[in-house]
Amino acid sequence: MLKIENLTATVGEAEEAKQIINRLTLEVPAGEVHAIMGPNGAGKSTLSYVLTGRSGYEVTGGSATLNGDDILEMEPEERAAKGMFLSFQYPVEIPGVPVMTFVRTAMNSQRKLRGEEEISAPDFIKKSREIAKQLKLDAEMLKRPVNVGFSGGEKKRLEIYQMMMLEPNFLILDETDSGLDIDALKIVADGVNALRSPDRAVMVITHYQRLLDYIVPDTVHVLYRGQVIKSGDKDLALELEKNGYTGVIDAAA
Amino acid sequence: MNVHAQNTLTEAETALIDSFAGRFSDLPGDADVTVRRDEALELLKQGLPTRRVEAWHYTDLRRLLSTIPAFKPVSEAEAVAPLLDHAVVLPVLNGTVHDREAGPEGVAIARLADKLQEGAVEAEWLTAADRFDAVGAVNAAFVSDGYWLDIEEDAELEHPLELQNIHAGGQVHARFVANFGVNSKATVVERQTGAGSAFATSMTHLDVADGAEVLWIVLQEQPDDTAYLGRFSAKLGKGAKLTLFVMNSGGKLVRQEVKVVAGGEGSEFKLRGVNLLGGEAHCDVTMVLDHTAPDTFSTETLRNVVTGKANGVFQGQIRVAQIAQKTDAKMACNTLLLSDEAGFSSKPELEIFADDVACGHGATVTDIEDEHLFYLMSRGIDEKMARGLLVKAFVAEVIEELEDQSVIEALEARLVNWFAEHG
Ligand SMILES: Nc1ncnc2c1ncn2[C@@H]1O[C@H](COP(=O)(O)OP(=O)(O)OP(=O)(O)O)[C@@H](O)[C@H]1O
Ligand SMILES: [Mg+2]
Repeated sequence: MLKIENLTATVGEAEEAKQIINRLTLEVPAGEVHAIMGPNGAGKSTLSYVLTGRSGYEVTGGSATLNGDDILEMEPEERAAKGMFLSFQYPVEIPGVPVMTFVRTAMNSQRKLRGEEEISAPDFIKKSREIAKQLKLDAEMLKRPVNVGFSGGEKKRLEIYQMMMLEPNFLILDETDSGLDIDALKIVADGVNALRSPDRAVMVITHYQRLLDYIVPDTVHVLYRGQVIKSGDKDLALELEKNGYTGVIDAAA
Repeated sequence: MNVHAQNTLTEAETALIDSFAGRFSDLPGDADVTVRRDEALELLKQGLPTRRVEAWHYTDLRRLLSTIPAFKPVSEAEAVAPLLDHAVVLPVLNGTVHDREAGPEGVAIARLADKLQEGAVEAEWLTAADRFDAVGAVNAAFVSDGYWLDIEEDAELEHPLELQNIHAGGQVHARFVANFGVNSKATVVERQTGAGSAFATSMTHLDVADGAEVLWIVLQEQPDDTAYLGRFSAKLGKGAKLTLFVMNSGGKLVRQEVKVVAGGEGSEFKLRGVNLLGGEAHCDVTMVLDHTAPDTFSTETLRNVVTGKANGVFQGQIRVAQIAQKTDAKMACNTLLLSDEAGFSSKPELEIFADDVACGHGATVTDIEDEHLFYLMSRGIDEKMARGLLVKAFVAEVIEELEDQSVIEALEARLVNWFAEHG
């Protein structure tokens, strides 16, 4: 599904460009959940931006393919149409653009790029209602501008709402668990698990073991200084939670 | 007055003055009006204001007003479809009212030409405020017609009124008067538009009596080669509420003046402005707001989108008299500059003589934020569409603050139109 090989990327303009991703290699096969852990500043969010095509993040080497397609050459919207989805660590407030308008525009743009029919208004509303109910999101909230005045937890839930509406096939969750209360964590995890399927894959970036109790990973990777320094099964997350990163970092050095 | 300040007139100034001789015989008015017209013309002979005049610092009228077309026959202009459904349309076509409709219940409608003829217009109102009051002077000299509305006490107009000042090129100079009776309530749209290159001026004066509530919408959609000078003035009674919504989305050279006196205790004034500027447009909104009574309240919010080589100006002056304690005034002017060649100048001014007031202002000039753009694009929306959504949202925020859903929808449709043509 997602295959990253020797990926190197920099952040920042020209002379101030800083190499953050450093010959990173990682493969997430279809149907699997991979967790990415690692200390602050390791490059986890940077990796998610590089994969989704944010401007200012320049790939200087290596490759990344989704189902064999080179995604690094694509515009962000083309990657989205191919199924990439990022649940942002810090969802952005967009004044003046109501959630429903935004998501419907996004959905129809993606469909258009894929050569599919637009969704009808009644179908859209029906789907939106069902998902909002499942995520315990107030219908009124969906009429408000995207994320404006939303609490931290509401913003995260809105990311998952968008994800469930758009039904992507490669999901990147960047610290979606931070800021969520215990009940919301469960609701969000249920949403993600509902999307799991043999032709989808998930990359969960997190600092905490707790989320991984609900979204159980097949593999856990430790990212440090822009590289995967260790990979293991779900027990690795437990071990990190107990002992911290020092041992793993020292062993890799 | 320094008559020697400008000894040579520009081509446009000369054309303007010369056009008076041919037009004079068609202009309505009694002997007093004629005197006022002559006085105004004398002012014009001294030349139009330049950037050296403070009020015109950002709009050098003398330089920017480059051509003055001749007058055209009335029959060539046609009324346009109203902004709001069910509106009663009151058109002024190439400077003349004909076939006046009987007004709806609660409104008496008269022709301004008749009022001028009858000597019903106060002399003061046909006198330029000062040597550099170009809008007042041009309009006083040339005004040919318009409407005079008297809204009865307690009347709540069911349908909006729409005043239209429409040209087919050439010159048009109109005036509107609206007197809102005590506790009356109404929505009025003022359209300034036409087809072809023109020089248009228009002045509107409102008297909003105690407890009256008015929403006044000015839609300025002049053609790209038209020069337009407008003034909106209003006086507010006790507890009167006036919302003025101004949308400028056309014209080559535009000056829209707003002069409001919050003179009744507890009166409220809101200015909401949207300036959509493209091409080589130069658009100047200049407001002077006087708070002259206690407990008055005002907010001014402007949102500007400037593209191409367009240039925008907002001058906002709020004066709070000593007696106007507890005044609350807030002014904000936010601009999206979408091209390197576009510009916007904003000049807020607070003059406060009362000590117990809350006044503030803020101005920003920004481009679309990359963070916003990426968020939309990462969800599958291409850059052009994402930009469109963000720019529209930026202005729509001001529109959505209005109360009436049908007004919001109609204005948003105008927005969409503009973006379709300029986006
Ligand atoms: N625009 C930028 N210019 C320079 N450095 C940057 C820029 N953006 C990010 N960085 C740096 O890149 C490094 C990686 O940041 P990133 O946000 O990817 O870390 P992270 O692993 O997601 O951390 P956290 O766990 O705190 O979210 C950090 O040292 C950060 O300061
Ligand atoms: Mg991060």
